[in-house]
Amino acid sequence: MSTVRIPPVLRETVGGSRSLAANGATVDEVLADLFANYPALRERVTSDGELSPFVNVYVNDRDVRYREGLETQVGPDDTVILLPAMAGGTG
Amino acid sequence: MRPATPFREVSAAEALELAASGWRILDVREQVEWNEGHIPGATLLPLADLSSRIAEVAPDHDEALLVHCAVGARSLRASAWLIQNGYTNVVSLRASLLEWRRLGGAWEAPEQLLTPAQQRRYSRQVLIPEIGQAGQRKLLDARVLLIGAGGLGSPAALYLGASGVGTIGLVDDDVVDESNLQRQVLHTSDRVGMPKTQSARMTLGALNPETTVVEHRERLDADNVERLIADYDVIVDGTDNFDTRYLLNDAAVRLRKPVVHGSIYRWDGQVTTFVPFEGPCYRCMYPTQPPPELAPACDVAGVLGVLPGIAGLLQANEVFKLVLGVGETLAGRLLMFDAMSTDFSEVRIWRDPACPACGEGTIQ
Repeated sequence: MSTVRIPPVLRETVGGSRSLAANGATVDEVLADLFANYPALRERVTSDGELSPFVNVYVNDRDVRYREGLETQVGPDDTVILLPAMAGGTG
Repeated sequence: MRPATPFREVSAAEALELAASGWRILDVREQVEWNEGHIPGATLLPLADLSSRIAEVAPDHDEALLVHCAVGARSLRASAWLIQNGYTNVVSLRASLLEWRRLGGAWEAPEQLLTPAQQRRYSRQVLIPEIGQAGQRKLLDARVLLIGAGGLGSPAALYLGASGVGTIGLVDDDVVDESNLQRQVLHTSDRVGMPKTQSARMTLGALNPETTVVEHRERLDADNVERLIADYDVIVDGTDNFDTRYLLNDAAVRLRKPVVHGSIYRWDGQVTTFVPFEGPCYRCMYPTQPPPELAPACDVAGVLGVLPGIAGLLQANEVFKLVLGVGETLAGRLLMFDAMSTDFSEVRIWRDPACPACGEGTIQ
């Protein structure tokens, strides 16, 4: 199983977890596995079945937009990182 | 053992003649004195090192040696020692180096990039080979604009100011609130209600009177962004909202200003550096502005006090490298810091050829 890192702004959708293990050989399958358990996560990460443009997905340190998108291969030792933009600064 | 030959003391005029006829010049002053100026072609051999290093510096005991120091006292002792130790052809300059220079003796002094006060104040970082006097001069001449005098801007401004960044501009239209003080260390309890830029100027002025602090007591918007950033070399983005971040990014790309980006949320921080047309920009990472529910500010989400401290200092570190032109910045890399597990990681970010701000089709 690969590891999916959940960024702070999305943790409320997965019960507060910082990372989750998920099954799947591609980004699409890994996300589908997570969405089955955490439907609220799907709404924040995708729109109309595509990756949301304001959430970047990395396999290890590589942005899947510059690889094969949702079809990018994910190995059992890989880490998938979901990374929406963070705005906070001065407060 | 050879009999000791008495050495002579010579005047500056005679020393000039000896130097012209090819005598080796031995400067027995200290390194710091040498650094302030010396006779070109002379060999530095401080008096304290004479006995240990003379064999390496002047292996030939019959070499003609003109020994000098600053005024003639140390050179007298050095010459006496040399004669006692078998050197046969030694003279000591009894005049001062000022006299030597007054008579037109050759002199080489490095261009003084720093005043004596600056050399003292910044001595610890001037000692670093990648900085030196030239690097410190760059810092003193640098103009850095901080967007936000709050959580990220505070530590960045304090360290940039302390290290001698010559001009620090601060863009903030807010006043100090009691709830800021947990992390915005530029401000103090007795300044609640005071404009943040004013409080920051007081703090930075007390820390380093040499730093010019420019207050921009306004909120960055589409009308003022280009005017605000135009006169600065590096922009530090410590804003708290996406509107400002996208405005700043697009203007910085147009004016080719590097932006050091920092953002924080509770226990997490992100830092990267955007160098227009050399690396990705903010829109290359996130072409579309997220909806408001994905962008909670600190006042609703909360933030650990040390987190902006860490992120803001990482931003200051990027500023140093950009100003000095050394090292590798975070351009093309997003550094992520998780304070809860004390974990640093990074992902690659790429220039997007389709980026609406810096991609193909935009003016470069």
